[in-house]
Amino acid sequence: MSAPKTAAEPLVAVEDLHTFYGKSHVLHGLSLCVGRGEVVGLLGRNGVGKSTTLKTIMGLVGPSRGKVLLEGQAITGLPAHKIARLGIAYVPEDRRIFKLLTVMENLRTGLDRQGVTQARKEELLDKLFAYFPRLAERRGQAGGTLSGGEQQMLAIARAMMLEPKIILLDEPTEGLMPRMVSQIREIVNVLHREGVAILLVEQNVPLTLEASQRVYFMEKGVVRHHAVASELKVDDPVIHQYLGV
Amino acid sequence: MDTIGDTIGLGWDWLAAHRDIIIIQTVNGIVTGMILALIASGLTLIFGIMDVVNFAHGELFMLGAYVGVVVLATSGSFWLALVLSTLLIALLGAALQITTLRPLIGRDPLTTILATFGISLVLQNYALWQFGPVPRKLDEPITGQFVLFYLSYPWYRLLIALLSGAIIGGLYLFLKHGTYGIWIRATTQDRVMAQAMGIPVPWVHTGVFAIGAGMAAASGVLFGPLVGINHAMGLDWVLKAFIVVVVGGMGNLGGSIAASIFVSLLEAYAAIVVSPAQAVIVSFVVLILTLLFRPTGLFVPTPK
Repeated sequence: MSAPKTAAEPLVAVEDLHTFYGKSHVLHGLSLCVGRGEVVGLLGRNGVGKSTTLKTIMGLVGPSRGKVLLEGQAITGLPAHKIARLGIAYVPEDRRIFKLLTVMENLRTGLDRQGVTQARKEELLDKLFAYFPRLAERRGQAGGTLSGGEQQMLAIARAMMLEPKIILLDEPTEGLMPRMVSQIREIVNVLHREGVAILLVEQNVPLTLEASQRVYFMEKGVVRHHAVASELKVDDPVIHQYLGV
Repeated sequence: MDTIGDTIGLGWDWLAAHRDIIIIQTVNGIVTGMILALIASGLTLIFGIMDVVNFAHGELFMLGAYVGVVVLATSGSFWLALVLSTLLIALLGAALQITTLRPLIGRDPLTTILATFGISLVLQNYALWQFGPVPRKLDEPITGQFVLFYLSYPWYRLLIALLSGAIIGGLYLFLKHGTYGIWIRATTQDRVMAQAMGIPVPWVHTGVFAIGAGMAAASGVLFGPLVGINHAMGLDWVLKAFIVVVVGGMGNLGGSIAASIFVSLLEAYAAIVVSPAQAVIVSFVVLILTLLFRPTGLFVPTPK
């Protein structure tokens, strides 16, 4: 199926993506799009290719067919570091904090870019530490010594340092305590208010429906269904069809 | 008859009688250890970030010494030779990485071993063709000596240790503080995530290879005055550097430096009781014991 059209040109558009891991065919012609500043949920059972979709957009996995467009420009085949510089940030499922780097150094991997003035850096850090006071307290501590929740905060904070147009967020609440989950929910709101688009992969259906404007349902490497989030309820038959056990 | 007392007395007597040579060998061990550390840190840095075992490292050391000979002969300045050789070999390293190793990223590690081994053969035979089989001499920049007990000891040897220490210290500060240092450490820890953070990982690899090559060249020039320079001189040193890199823990910079000094001191002490040629065995014994009992390296706090 083709991606539904949004009014203006989408920020990120994925067209007919086919991705292989070795011989296993993971994405079978996936299409979706995310508008500017839009939060879009990507739902589906385990192993349907949600994480692979994010990795392919990020350029970490090369698609065998199909296109990824950022603001209308094809970015398929670009190395990941160029895609990151163009405004796509990635928060992977397993967080992948640089464990031996301090919190501050983790942030600097995204902050120390060409064209960012010292004043701008300080401004970004001040804003960030206002959102994440815990990270400010622990700025000199090695990333690996943080708790799971703090590491997730750091992974998101690190992505924010790139001042991205869109963040690809892979299961940010997985394995976190309820208190941390609501904090993540709050951060998604903050990012949305600031106009950062988010492509959110989550198992937590209520959170996804609450945080997103639109949701896609994936099955076997393709998008099967697409809906406006506010029109869906947690016990909607559609949700049972694509996520039910 | 008090045999135990005699035995202890003999031990103390032996130490007292050999006090001078023990101190001399300690100095020798540290000097050799520092030079070895300079070679090994480049090797371990490259391995840590790229998982590439650089078999051409000894040839970069050797070429560095030869470039030193040429620059010294034309300019007359040892220090210019040191700096130019470091820069030129760093550039050569960058070119080798881009042309030979970059296309092999993501392939079987065996391919990089074969590639660097191939480079080492080419460089060695280039040196033989260009400079001939007769060893060249590199004159030391300072010739003074001081008296260490009965031995007159060249100041230059101490200078080597100091300069090696300074270069390694500079590398440490570079890695610890600068943006590029953070890039290198982030890439060493998680190449994929580093790339997703916008770090140009292929260029970080090239940069690290160039730094490692430059350090090998610097050690070649520094160590050159103590030995004759020939096309095969890299072999001994790179073998020893491999040993300390394994003993110190593959990819662990601090461990390699500690292991360089540790192994060199052991060899120096062994040379008091056996011939220097036999003392070399000590480093192999340390290597074998390390691989048997602590394969992740002696100086890694918590084996992963």
